[in-house]
Amino acid sequence: MRMKMKALFAVAVLLSAPLAMAGVKIEQWTAASGARVFFVETRALPIVDVQVDFAAGAAQDPADKPGVAQLTRGLMDLGAGNMNETEVAMRLADLGARLGGGADTDRATVSLRTLADADKRTAAFEIMRQVIAEPRFPEPVFERERARSLAALRESLTRPDTIASRAFWAGLYGEHPYGRQPSVESLAAIKLDDLREFHAANYVARSAVVTIVGALNRAEAEALAQQLTEALPAGGEQAQLPAVALPPAAELRLPHHAAQAHIQIGMPALKRGDPDFYALMVGNYSLGGGGFVSRLMKEVRDKRGFAYSVYSYFAPMKEQGPFQIGLQTKREQAADALKVTREVLAKFLTEGPSESEMAAAKANIVGSFPLRLDSNRKILDNVAVIGFYGLPLDYLDTYATNIRKVTAADVRAAFARHVRPEHLVTVVVAGD
Amino acid sequence: MTMRRHLRPLLAPLAALFCTAMAIPALANPYEHTLANGLKIIVKEDHRAPTAVHMVWYRAGSMDENNGATGVAHVLEHMMFKGTPKVGPGEFNRLVAAAGGRDNAFTSRDYTAYFQQVPKEKLGEMIALEADRMRHLTLSADEFAQEIKVVMEERRLRTDDQPQSLLFETMNAVAFKVHPYRWPIIGWMDDLESMTVQDARDWYERWYVPNNATMVVVGDVDHKAVFTAAEKQYGALKARPLPVRKPQEEPTQTGVRRVTVKAPAELPVVIMGYRAPVIRNVAQDVDPYALELLAGVLSGHGAARFSKSLVREQRLAVSAGAEYDASARGPGMFYLVGTPSQGKTVAEMEAGLRAEITRVQADGITAEELNRTKAQLVASEIYKLDSMFAQAMEIGQLEIVGLPYQSGEQIIEKLKAVTAEQVQEVAKRYFVDESLTVGVLDPQPMENAPRRPAAAARH
Repeated sequence: MRMKMKALFAVAVLLSAPLAMAGVKIEQWTAASGARVFFVETRALPIVDVQVDFAAGAAQDPADKPGVAQLTRGLMDLGAGNMNETEVAMRLADLGARLGGGADTDRATVSLRTLADADKRTAAFEIMRQVIAEPRFPEPVFERERARSLAALRESLTRPDTIASRAFWAGLYGEHPYGRQPSVESLAAIKLDDLREFHAANYVARSAVVTIVGALNRAEAEALAQQLTEALPAGGEQAQLPAVALPPAAELRLPHHAAQAHIQIGMPALKRGDPDFYALMVGNYSLGGGGFVSRLMKEVRDKRGFAYSVYSYFAPMKEQGPFQIGLQTKREQAADALKVTREVLAKFLTEGPSESEMAAAKANIVGSFPLRLDSNRKILDNVAVIGFYGLPLDYLDTYATNIRKVTAADVRAAFARHVRPEHLVTVVVAGD
Repeated sequence: MTMRRHLRPLLAPLAALFCTAMAIPALANPYEHTLANGLKIIVKEDHRAPTAVHMVWYRAGSMDENNGATGVAHVLEHMMFKGTPKVGPGEFNRLVAAAGGRDNAFTSRDYTAYFQQVPKEKLGEMIALEADRMRHLTLSADEFAQEIKVVMEERRLRTDDQPQSLLFETMNAVAFKVHPYRWPIIGWMDDLESMTVQDARDWYERWYVPNNATMVVVGDVDHKAVFTAAEKQYGALKARPLPVRKPQEEPTQTGVRRVTVKAPAELPVVIMGYRAPVIRNVAQDVDPYALELLAGVLSGHGAARFSKSLVREQRLAVSAGAEYDASARGPGMFYLVGTPSQGKTVAEMEAGLRAEITRVQADGITAEELNRTKAQLVASEIYKLDSMFAQAMEIGQLEIVGLPYQSGEQIIEKLKAVTAEQVQEVAKRYFVDESLTVGVLDPQPMENAPRRPAAAARH
């Protein structure tokens, strides 16, 4: 086995050497079920990764029942088809297969990593199929899991980071689905039927995106994608998310006993597929995205020792996802740290990046591109985003070119459009 | 700017090396070479993608510190990014970023390690940068004065405001009375407040020498080119005798120890720590492998005993887990951790964890459970190959605790050979009250929480 792999490597290296940057070859089709499929064949390792994404994240929660999406996804693993929860877990463990996933705001994900041996992968795929299409939702399991979620929620509501993050999202999005968050009361009021209904309405073939990376051929991948989604209802047109209304500038201060203040600043800013994406990525690298070399890191951490962690990022989503700056600092100096942070942002919005910052940002973003694709796991993550958000199939191939094209003027203009002081929401938890 | 001038001549000859050498069939992968000054280099060729991970490991962690200067290993880790005569403060990060790389570092009880992930052509530059800061760190008082504040913020973030971290920190300070594992890696806040740049300098002089370091590279590289580059960059550095490391053996514990931490929180937590052996001789040891399997049977997967029995069937716990690390320079500990469900007490939680251990001691485990846990191990070995970083970590961690890096496979074989009887045997041998420490997080209502001062006033 090992010898065979070695030989394969050697050949691959020779062939691919002149095309060092040749991209990931993504095959795309629509399964008979209606699910869209994205497939990357790679045989360097005897493993297969499969991920199925649905538009079944928290944004799809019934308005008065935040938390349903999360609970639904959690329960799917806990009894499905002909297996109870222990049988699901035992069979996966026996196969050495790993089932994962969860629900974020836009997406609910079911993922599986399995060894590629035919007997192992076939059994693992069948478990995954049942989890997706035939979850049992047993009443006692539901009650237990709701109680566990309540306990975790109560605990997290004592934490300054959770308090800050909830206030931030509520402040940015208000009544928009992105702003809804489960409370102890709303979570306790969820019924088992809510989960069943949510599953039936949202885990449908029409919105399913299947991403497959690993040691399968095209025919096997086609069969797998169909197998995983054929038993799902076809599904109708899903209701569009409403547009986000930008909030007025605001500053929220919340008391807490912690030694450190948690500060977050931001606004709804960026949709997936927005043409300003590349300019914002390049600009944010210099502002607060570039790890240890950003302006925020230099001014807040290096020069003043105000914080261990300080960052800024854009999180593009179906509707406008947040632009966010975050830091934690000893509570007595929260006002000073906030002042410095705001000055850094204001200066960046006014002046934009310097030419040397532009060059450094591009060198890193383009230069580090191979690191974003150097494992099956990373390829899976990237391709799944392309599939779910409907990005162009050549997104990875053109990424470097699109980054290189950005000018300092583009960055200034894009920031002016997407980061507007009159809409910035600031949250300070535990600041003096 | 100054730095660019300094570095270019340093790096230029290397670039050529890394571009040309290639396609030599891998035979004895990984490859090992030791320089005359004692620097050990281990290279694992992995040609799946045109990238490489480069790590330098120093056998100097918090267990090598002295009381009064706890946390200095980690503070020095921060200072390693604050400049040499050739590479100014902050320039290290800038150069790595310019190379399209990502870098960071980590400190543990047993070691301090630095890494960069880069496109393969840039590996030579990384080797030059690491070699430079191994012996030429500036350690200026001004940079120290800023950075120590950052470290104190890190402590507030990760420990002072985290009730479970406080519990773990306090519990270890009770479980170990003599061995330096008793203090936290990040150090006591009071030690950080009184630390001076001289403490950092002393630490650096003591431990940052080639004969206390191991360089690990995994990636799309030719091992010979890596050895040549290492020789060129590190060859001039002199070996130096290391300080005597005192054993500081933890005396035999003679009775259960208990400690309670009160902190504002919602959920209580129970941690039970049993003293346990770790691997000292890969071939001859038996118990550490059996303990690893036991940890797997108790909480290694979704169908393991804690999850099945404590969380699902009895509904005693919101969560429960077992943790054991068989490789460490210092004494080992097998931890059981549980968070009781609403309406259940910490006493019931502790009794539930104990009952699971008693069940293994009395009835053993089934062949099915054992095989299930082994299946996890086998799959993990394959999955690990998907991450160059994970492969480099494994090599470094084995080396740093004094086990040969090649023993990864042998350890898996030893784990596969463990029998159900051996698992039952170690459950009987090590899970005794004489060597137990119990830590309890006693949650306090938020309303009554005193506002915490950020730091004791010293000035």
